[in-house]
Amino acid sequence: MTLHIDIPEETLGSILAKAFRNRSFLIGFVITVLVVAMALISYVWTPYDVTKLVISDKTLAPSSAHWFGTDHFGRDILSMIMVGARNSIAVALVAVGIGMGVGVPLGAFAAARGGLIDESLMRLNDLVFAFPALLSAIMITAIFGPGAINAIIAIGIFNIPVFARVARAGALAIWPREFILAARAAGKSKTQISIEHVLPNVATLLLVQGTIQFALGILAEAGLSYVGLGAQPPMPSWGRMLFDAQTRMVVAPWMAIFPGMAIVITVLGLNLLGDGIADILDPKSRRQR
Amino acid sequence: MTAYLLKRLVIAIATLILASMVVFAVLEILPGDPARLMLGLNASADQVELLRDQMGLNAPLVLRYLHWVGGLLSLDFGRSYTYSVPVIDLVRERMAVSLPLALIALALSTVIAIPVGLYSASRRGRAGDTIAMGAAQLGVAVPNFWFALMLIYLFAVWLRLVPAGGFPGWSAGVWPALKSLLLPAVALALPQAAILARVARSALIEVLNEDYIRTARAKGLPYRAVLWRHALRNAMIPVLTILGLQFAFLIAGTIIIENVFYLPGLGRLVFQAITQRDLIVVESIVMLLVVAVIAVNLVVDVSYAFVDPRLRGRQ
Amino acid sequence: MKLWKTILAAALLALATSSQAYAARTDLVIGITLEPPHLDPTAGAAAAIDEVLYANVFEGLTRIGPNGEVLPDLAESWAISDDGKVYTFKLHTGVKFHDGTDFDASDVKFSLDRARADNSVNAQKGLFAAIDTVDVVDPATVKVTLKNPQGSFLYNMGWGDAVIVAPESAETNKEKPIGTGPFKFQSWAKGSSITLVKSDNYWGAPVSLDKAEFRIVPDAAAAVPALLSGDIQAFPFFDPDSVAQVKDDPRFKVVIGSTEGETILAINNKKPPFDKLEVRQAIAFALDRKAIIDGASAGLGVPIGSHMSPASKAYVDLTGLYPHNVDKAKELLKQAGLENGFKATLKLPPPSYARLGGEIIASQLRDVGIDLEIIPVEWAQWLDQVFTKKDYDLTIVSHTEPNDIDIYSRKDYYFNYDNPAFDKIIAELNLTSDDAKRNTLLGEAQKILADDAVVGFLYELPKVGVWDAKLQGLWENAPIQANDLTKVKWSE
Repeated sequence: MTLHIDIPEETLGSILAKAFRNRSFLIGFVITVLVVAMALISYVWTPYDVTKLVISDKTLAPSSAHWFGTDHFGRDILSMIMVGARNSIAVALVAVGIGMGVGVPLGAFAAARGGLIDESLMRLNDLVFAFPALLSAIMITAIFGPGAINAIIAIGIFNIPVFARVARAGALAIWPREFILAARAAGKSKTQISIEHVLPNVATLLLVQGTIQFALGILAEAGLSYVGLGAQPPMPSWGRMLFDAQTRMVVAPWMAIFPGMAIVITVLGLNLLGDGIADILDPKSRRQR
Repeated sequence: MTAYLLKRLVIAIATLILASMVVFAVLEILPGDPARLMLGLNASADQVELLRDQMGLNAPLVLRYLHWVGGLLSLDFGRSYTYSVPVIDLVRERMAVSLPLALIALALSTVIAIPVGLYSASRRGRAGDTIAMGAAQLGVAVPNFWFALMLIYLFAVWLRLVPAGGFPGWSAGVWPALKSLLLPAVALALPQAAILARVARSALIEVLNEDYIRTARAKGLPYRAVLWRHALRNAMIPVLTILGLQFAFLIAGTIIIENVFYLPGLGRLVFQAITQRDLIVVESIVMLLVVAVIAVNLVVDVSYAFVDPRLRGRQ
Repeated sequence: MKLWKTILAAALLALATSSQAYAARTDLVIGITLEPPHLDPTAGAAAAIDEVLYANVFEGLTRIGPNGEVLPDLAESWAISDDGKVYTFKLHTGVKFHDGTDFDASDVKFSLDRARADNSVNAQKGLFAAIDTVDVVDPATVKVTLKNPQGSFLYNMGWGDAVIVAPESAETNKEKPIGTGPFKFQSWAKGSSITLVKSDNYWGAPVSLDKAEFRIVPDAAAAVPALLSGDIQAFPFFDPDSVAQVKDDPRFKVVIGSTEGETILAINNKKPPFDKLEVRQAIAFALDRKAIIDGASAGLGVPIGSHMSPASKAYVDLTGLYPHNVDKAKELLKQAGLENGFKATLKLPPPSYARLGGEIIASQLRDVGIDLEIIPVEWAQWLDQVFTKKDYDLTIVSHTEPNDIDIYSRKDYYFNYDNPAFDKIIAELNLTSDDAKRNTLLGEAQKILADDAVVGFLYELPKVGVWDAKLQGLWENAPIQANDLTKVKWSE
């Protein structure tokens, strides 16, 4: 399943035109924009204050006053989903940042150097991959205590080998190309070449992988919060809302249904976006269509 | 071929040794004193110290590590602090739940995914393909624990067809035992099946575009025969890779799923052991899982060599 | 095709028979939250051990009844000397342990001597501290001599930690408990369940159940579906927060009883700014007990104003001392020089009363300017950080031991509270046996704790039992943590 991406030789205009014709991309893009917008709007306005507990209004069914009902503390579910989007996005985004920030240089370095360094870095990758990610995340949060920051670190660590692999594979495909040889002949150092020529050419690969890891990060955060190890109250998070909902499925199923759907829709949107970007930028996949 | 296999084996063993050091080191810094936990609120410092000695917690670090590794190799994992029984017995008991669960889930996801992948690949771009892949996209996006909750309320609470959770034990009969693994297996299998179906489809499409398939078609072989005899076989490599990777996901998934269905499996054991600071149990199970993941990946690597003879020469 | 039909039919049949309603059954599956670490009640503090074995597998000289009363058990009667120091127990005869060995006075001597020995691992050695000697008079008579009179001695002998074990099996009870009770141990599937079956050679009134399985269900999320689907028929200790899920369901009976659990917002009295009385009082005024009980305990639970169960004769109602009053709380903070509020941490152990109560309390304290960071901890960490190292600002916990107001006078206890006046009252209390006088002293002690706002007194933890409406005979209250099955039966 090696993604081989050539340098896009098209103009921005033709890419945009293709994007508008790509169904996956369009749907994914719209969903992603809506989720991000929802998170941003929550900073200035939510239907209700999510930090205010109104015990007398607890577990109200969906109505015109509370579209998605209220939770066990009388908080508005819709408002909580809006604010929770912030948390999901923040955790997943920073975790992707950690993965890219550490993984990409490692992968590029391994590809540039080759030999023993490459081999040992890749073996280190294998080592991380050998640990079931969720199990390790549970262990990390058990050691350092539950919370959003530790969840980010736990998820981010497992993004590192993913990006390292992608960057390395992409870079290895670029290195033998003529324009690299030309650059080397011009006396540029390997680091320089990596930064100036190799990385820009693997950027699309990383973008696609980034959206996938972003979606996985949201799922992972939800999983950690669900076992009580993610973001802590009063900060609402989708996984935590499900955690609170599971003991109230009979009396307040809406507490589980809506946050669950928020996760599904967001992850779906990101995956579609990733697929769409890959389709648009990957000439090989275009050939298949 | 031998050199290739040997290299993979050496790498696997080196990874294992490193992993064992990481596991041991990580658990050393886990806060919370197991001796204090065992003795409860009223124990004196002397009593705690005595128990620490008895449990061997006061020995030097290196010695404890070597002792632990030696034990692992001879399948003597030590005794659980909380249950005061040999860890190997606990593991054996729990394995009787987790292994069938993982295997059923793996089988289920394969049985769902391969036909869907085949179907989609053979009607690429048509309505059936779009619907199947749309469903797969949805499947990938659903958190398995949420799906599990929905399944419980639909099938166990509403329809009362299967138990909501728990495990009667194999001694209660094969069917009651299987029945209680059914929902968890479905909850585990669905997201995996969705991923696998997508991989199978794209792998098949890739293969179907290869020249030799076109040749086979041109020779007048029926489409179905081409699909089954040539395409599927060659599409097995990426499918196998994903299956190997999924094994790790599946194991991780059982931690949450076993907790949702309160199945007495390895995943729940390790989760409980972490919260109870039963370090020996945590160490042993994490190592076991790591061994399993590495072994499965090794098997996948080796089976590449058999599926694709070209690889043998290359490495 | 025909084969498939047969298989399908067989499968459906199996499905139908296994999920159909039971008639006149004699088996019971009981849900418990925590798994016992082992099965010897004389060698561990964990309440989960008693929840499975007390009165079912093991019996003592006396036993505690459903409402906390002392009842005869293996001792059919007893006589107390005039000076209150010598107890002569008359034992039942013809009693056998589950392994077939006979029970007699020597087993009693063995058990009591073992429990109070220097190397004893009994978790409640204090229960036996007053015993001077144990003598076998004849196989059916035991004489226990105390160092000094002890009013609670018969009650103490009814604890799970004081059950009678046999010398032949004492060492293996952790794995394979051998007692004299109406049920004998059958199997323990670690992490899953413990099964007891009716003992054929029981000496007392025969029990109705043939088999009782204690299934371990750690979280409430799994408890509700298990109950609804009929897998588990009784949860004697149900999470109050989940009651709403079953209370309108006619298939179940929800029984609200009392416990001895004072649920408190514990405060580290030595850590600034909590060392200031004004700050602690401000917290007391900021707390809205009704909202806490409604939100964390489904509206169940009686508010308390000090450390005493409202069911106790010594109880003094002090809940009116600090009514919910945000302005007053802010004013007190201002007096303490903290008009801009401050930050602190709130460490929460796993039970739902703590985790849910913590969120509500954090919100209430935020209203007066105290910004709490919630830190959920596992019991292991709670014991380590809060209870042992006193590394905490605030925490929520329920003190379920009966009559435990003296903990506030213990040196080095995790509240870090030190008040000589209070200590004096407790010291005097220990020397007083007159009930009326004791109650007066206990009343004074309660007042001091309330005046000092030592901790935030919240409410008395309810005991919520949920079980099949056809099930009879389970305990409604929890004078001790136990699931006595001797009177349990299915109606119909």
